[in-house]
Amino acid sequence: MLKRILAASAALAVSTALAGAQEVKVGVVLPYTGIGAEFAQLIDRGMEMYLKLNADKVKPYQIKLIKRDAKNPGGNDARVATQELLTQEKVDVLAGWVYSPNAIASAPVVNAGKKFAVIMNAGTAHITQMSGYYARTSFSMWHAGYAMGEAAAKQLKAKTAVVGYTDFPPGKDSLNAFKRAFEASGGKVIDEIPMGGAGAVPDFTPFFQRAKDKKPDVFFVFVPAGDHAAAVTRTYGALGMRQAGIRLIGPGDITQDTKLQAMGDAAIGLITMHHYHADLPNAENKRFVAEWKKAYGANAVPDFMAVGGYDGMALIMHVAHQLKGKIDGDAAIKAAGTFKFNSPRGPISIDPDTRDIVMNEYLSEVVKGPDGRLMQKVIGQIDNVKDACKAQKIAPCK
Amino acid sequence: MIFTVDNIASMLLGGMAAGMVLFIVSVGLSVTMGLMGFANLAHGAFAMLGGYIVVLVMRHWGVGFALALAISFVLTAAISMVFERLLYSRLYKAGELDQVLFTIGLCFVFIASLTVFVGPENQPLTLPDALRGQLDLGLLQYRTYSIFLIVVGVAIAIGLWFGFERTRFGAQIRAAVDNRRMAESLGINIDRLFAVTFGFGSGMAALGGGLGAEFLGLDPQYALKYLVFFLIVVSVGGLGSIAGVFWASLIIGVLDFVLKKYLPQGGTLFIYALAILLLLWRPQGLFGKPA
Repeated sequence: MLKRILAASAALAVSTALAGAQEVKVGVVLPYTGIGAEFAQLIDRGMEMYLKLNADKVKPYQIKLIKRDAKNPGGNDARVATQELLTQEKVDVLAGWVYSPNAIASAPVVNAGKKFAVIMNAGTAHITQMSGYYARTSFSMWHAGYAMGEAAAKQLKAKTAVVGYTDFPPGKDSLNAFKRAFEASGGKVIDEIPMGGAGAVPDFTPFFQRAKDKKPDVFFVFVPAGDHAAAVTRTYGALGMRQAGIRLIGPGDITQDTKLQAMGDAAIGLITMHHYHADLPNAENKRFVAEWKKAYGANAVPDFMAVGGYDGMALIMHVAHQLKGKIDGDAAIKAAGTFKFNSPRGPISIDPDTRDIVMNEYLSEVVKGPDGRLMQKVIGQIDNVKDACKAQKIAPCK
Repeated sequence: MIFTVDNIASMLLGGMAAGMVLFIVSVGLSVTMGLMGFANLAHGAFAMLGGYIVVLVMRHWGVGFALALAISFVLTAAISMVFERLLYSRLYKAGELDQVLFTIGLCFVFIASLTVFVGPENQPLTLPDALRGQLDLGLLQYRTYSIFLIVVGVAIAIGLWFGFERTRFGAQIRAAVDNRRMAESLGINIDRLFAVTFGFGSGMAALGGGLGAEFLGLDPQYALKYLVFFLIVVSVGGLGSIAGVFWASLIIGVLDFVLKKYLPQGGTLFIYALAILLLLWRPQGLFGKPA
């Protein structure tokens, strides 16, 4: 008995010593409650998954996640959460941000706090330029939007398009990205339909009816992943738009892996441009998906948000190693520029000039797999895509 | 271009279907708020509970949509009657602020419970094959489920009107609302009457939650997310008036649909602007009695 107590206290002493010396405090800003709660869970699990699968790369550091609720897409709560993490918890690194308005509202606080901050989802292009301490491991709306605009004109041979988008910053970004590329490639956007806000899922019927009346070749839709996306496919199917010869296309948000099976056969034939889906055939992704199912259940599936969290944690560890655990904001941003990683989405790196991610984009089609489940089949690939908004210096990405 | 038969019909059908969802959920709220004089903001929570029961019963027991709706109606009504006896009945004489605080609190309890026990994600509802796809109406093809909703909504409206205006039970409710003490002294058991009415109203909410899930989705935020719409319908229609709720739902559903289609830049503004204008014109609602 005495032996055991001694051993236990010795272990405790060792672990506290370890924690004291090499603990990295990561402040996480995610919407743990409200409409984004399931996204927060996916990103959380993505981070956990990295720490679990790469335990050897995490050593000798001990990661302590301190989580704060960003609640809703409004921005205010996220800013307060960011401020608390900086001033009260004195974190070394900030991470998270599902919704663009939240990352936009937090930018001045991140700037003032001078701490390294990793955006794991929010995709509005110019966010990374609002603070020099932001680096992004998710995507910019221009990655998929711009690539889809070109593919729609060239590969899908579309001449006309209608764009429907959720009326908040990434929606407008996605519209601009798609429109610019599509029209530069010879297509024409004949209507732009704002379809309500991000806070609640609207009934899409009136908007889709309007799009159907315009009879375009393709209907490009950006809505936030999740419930919005599930409703889009349902409405598209129910209004008989496919039979009317209109193809539904968009960034991968509309075929989010976690929602795909519930969309039913209406989803077959959907074409998306995105940097990740769970059916990507590379070896790293197969391992990632298998481990995910082992940890969270046979029906669980990771998606692009989970990978944003996974790769974000990889970036944080890269920076921690480079700086030997002393994560100063300015040095960290420099170190982030040397990040290269073999992610489940393929090879990625951080562009040292823009602090945004460089990655492959995949053109995929939803098909019925051999086991009767819906899956996404890669039908095209573009390597090492940079954020086109910054590459071409289109306002507001000067 | 705008005024083709096709176009007008599809707008009317789309708008009416959206209106019917509003009607089926809100009519229960009108009953509890108008007839019982209770500001029940947890009504959306009961609609949400009903929707969840429909989805979960279909998923785990493999029962059909119609039977799931019936089970949901009965279960939600029973659960709400327990709440009514244990909690609501203590607040009948309390001020409106107490009632509002209590029922909002109840909403949060429902939201948290469903998040913990079922999960934060949206629960997809799988409609039976017969209700999916398009229906050929001769003049045009339209979404089968929308037409189904319109038929069900009208049937419910007629049934309710008949129940309240033409049956003994309906007469008892109207008597109790007009003059509770007189009704009691005539031997009407008010406690039982209110419990049953409340259960019925919540059961209707459950039906609306299940039938409307195709349009409104189903996640733990439902309870608060759509509450404003239900309240708007009830106040525009006039408290306690079934016909009022019916017409208010239709007007709001159709106008909202048409305006969203032709002026999508206005976003969700219309439904609020409409409500304000209608209430400025008739503060007691379309069919309400002047205070």
